[in-house]
Amino acid sequence: MSEILIKNGHVFDVVTGIKGDKADIAIKDGKIVDKVSSKAKTIDASGKTVMAGALDIHAHVAGPKVNLGRWFRPEDKMIRGEMRGGIVKETTRMEQGFSIPSVFRTGYSYARMGYGFAMEAAMPPLYARHVHEEIKDTPIVDEAALPVFGNNWFVFEYLKEHNIEKTAAYISWLLKVTKGYGIKVVNPGGTEAWGWGLNCLGINDEVPFFDITPGEITKGLIEANEYLGLPHSVHIHPNMLGDPGNAPTTIDTMKLAEGYKAKNKFGREQLLHMTHLQFHSYGGTGWGDFCSNAKEIMDYVNKHPEITFDTGNVTLDETTTMTADGPFEHHLSALNHLKWCNVDVELETGSGVVPFIYSPNVFPCAVQWAVGLELALLAKDPMRTMITTDHPNAGPFTRYPRVFKWLMCKKTRDEQMAAFKHSGKVADATILNEIDRELTLYEISQMTRAGPAKALGLANMMGGLAPGMNADVAIYNLNPAKMPTDPEEIEKAFSLSAYFLKNGEIVCQDGQIVHSGTKKTFWVDAKAPESKQVNRDVREKFLRYYTVTQANYEVPDSYAPNPFVIEANANV
Amino acid sequence: MKTATITLKTTPTLYLEADVITPDAFAGKSKDEILALPVYEGRECYKLGDYFEIAGEIGDTPENTKIVVNGDCSKVKYIGAKMSAGEVIVNSSADMYTGAWMRGGKLTIKGNVDSFSGLGMEGGEFTVEGNGENYIGASYRGDWRGMQGGVLRVKGNVGSDIGTFMNGGTLIVEGDADVHIGTHQEGGTIIIKGDVNRRVGGQMVKGTIYIFGNMNYMMPGFKYTQDVELEVDGYKGTFAEYIGDLGERHSKSKGQVVYGKLYRKK
Repeated sequence: MSEILIKNGHVFDVVTGIKGDKADIAIKDGKIVDKVSSKAKTIDASGKTVMAGALDIHAHVAGPKVNLGRWFRPEDKMIRGEMRGGIVKETTRMEQGFSIPSVFRTGYSYARMGYGFAMEAAMPPLYARHVHEEIKDTPIVDEAALPVFGNNWFVFEYLKEHNIEKTAAYISWLLKVTKGYGIKVVNPGGTEAWGWGLNCLGINDEVPFFDITPGEITKGLIEANEYLGLPHSVHIHPNMLGDPGNAPTTIDTMKLAEGYKAKNKFGREQLLHMTHLQFHSYGGTGWGDFCSNAKEIMDYVNKHPEITFDTGNVTLDETTTMTADGPFEHHLSALNHLKWCNVDVELETGSGVVPFIYSPNVFPCAVQWAVGLELALLAKDPMRTMITTDHPNAGPFTRYPRVFKWLMCKKTRDEQMAAFKHSGKVADATILNEIDRELTLYEISQMTRAGPAKALGLANMMGGLAPGMNADVAIYNLNPAKMPTDPEEIEKAFSLSAYFLKNGEIVCQDGQIVHSGTKKTFWVDAKAPESKQVNRDVREKFLRYYTVTQANYEVPDSYAPNPFVIEANANV
Repeated sequence: MKTATITLKTTPTLYLEADVITPDAFAGKSKDEILALPVYEGRECYKLGDYFEIAGEIGDTPENTKIVVNGDCSKVKYIGAKMSAGEVIVNSSADMYTGAWMRGGKLTIKGNVDSFSGLGMEGGEFTVEGNGENYIGASYRGDWRGMQGGVLRVKGNVGSDIGTFMNGGTLIVEGDADVHIGTHQEGGTIIIKGDVNRRVGGQMVKGTIYIFGNMNYMMPGFKYTQDVELEVDGYKGTFAEYIGDLGERHSKSKGQVVYGKLYRKK
């Protein structure tokens, strides 16, 4: 591979501690190095911002529910997408869709924005093959997927007896056969309860027929996660997503992590990653007195280093919601009466898909928009704060640059606030107007690079520009010494990077994809003592309940032809 | 208003997708710039000038721009799609998606149009002097927003599935229509002056349908309420009023349940 020298850019990087000073970045054989020979190709980055490739810690970008969205929303391609993405360009494949982009558009859009890694946030283990088929077909970005465990019968049965060893042995087996990355929990107990027409609306609400509570499930999974020493922590979508007055449940959920210690060799410090926290920071008793509780939530988060979170910013677009939180989607379809689909995934989880319009004319949507921004702006530790849109639930990931603009510029927030139909009522229900903070480029780099890399246990290879790390480098047309007076320029610069290098190769130049990269599938091989009992239980469940045989369940190696396997060892 | 005339000189082998034939795309451009606008045939991109010649003058704004299209355009799709103002006259037949998502202005087709014309139309005046095919004034596949505003008049006959998911505007067919009229209708008005086949107003929750001619079968979800005197598109007379579709969820307005209304000329 060739050598590249990126000269004179304004570098923002936590790992090397450079905060906007001019520095050169040298690249050789796909890694950042100290220096390169005089034969290196040079890229002039003077007057531009240079950051490591960004990481998306939570997005629904591959798998059955994403594809279900594509099936039942042809209009997302026709009206919201480019009408003629189908015209083939020389180096790239056709791109389609807006809120549920095709795999090619997904990969290209991330690369255009300077993102080098995306975490598929909810993989139903039974459909892991489908998830990996899509990951394999998504160009450029490295990806991994989190299997869902929060409504899994095995987990319920082992944790009912508080048997962490068996739970861990099962998790270790499942991560291996599904090529998964870590432990995702979605509405613990609630999705299973919904199979009986019920839900779990608090951490002490019992799951019908299983005699276990969301609190016990979550605590047990945290213990199993630290027993296994996984690179990522438990990644939780708590109970009561989207309900007015859900903030106390969210705080109860965060308290479950108190008293534990992170045990891993990957530099991860948190015990619980609270995902799309925006959807879980509401006050009020109904949609009439719906309001922000971002301050209460952030008061807790700021004091507790064992918690990391991502925002889940509402971007005020027409989008497609999709989650393993079955009861939530059913509830949402009863609110907006649009198309609706719910699926039960035998023994493991469920999911639903409903289109949704976050309209600036609708009071709760405007409050949700404000809550997402408040969370990021009230955060004291940018390394524990990550920016997402819970793609595509609160908006498509292609709107990240717009979220950056809002976070970096109070004026644009004020303008949006004033433009809402119920602006007065929204201002009363939120505290966004009182927050003057404007995030700096360095803070943005913490929230999108070093922060997520550390939380995912990838800090030794991603999210920074120190020698030895992967040469994922984004160069933006933003001059920190002369920031544009028009905030729209910020959004534009982050939308179409001047250059994006993935593993030392230029994949995007002037916002155009020039190379399809060599993407990798990351997964975690969690080594734990084998349990004969668990092996027997698995075999029995396949014989008695599953509609597939155990032999057809495992994801074959051919589904991840370019794997990057991280080994974790149990703390026995 | 200034008038530009474009004439089809090369008939496409496949079908030509020309959503640039709108006052919005033409306004303020030179003739060379207009002839360089992109059109698509199959998977390849071409220039408008590869197929059309241009004469006349071009207005500075869409409002001041009138486009007359000559030559046989029966293989040209998307004429007038998304247009917001001005005028387009096609002196022949046009293919699918003519006037789709049109927002304003005036669009006249002297011949026939194919399916999906006036799809999701939001405003303006769209007149077809010949016949239409299926899905006229309907929603795009999968979408829940059909025709939303404006007036779409077909002087001849139409095919099936017209006005699906319609929620505004007026769709007038002076001839006959086939099955599935106003399916899922949530507003707006459909007037059929000729005969219809069956399945009229299935799953409709709001809006109005007038049928002047015969109907082969009535949907079982409709209930007769009364006879009323009405004036509909220039005709005065007695109509039988039905409400429906009673199998659907209906909203309430001021304490009253809102139903879709179906009127049949007596």
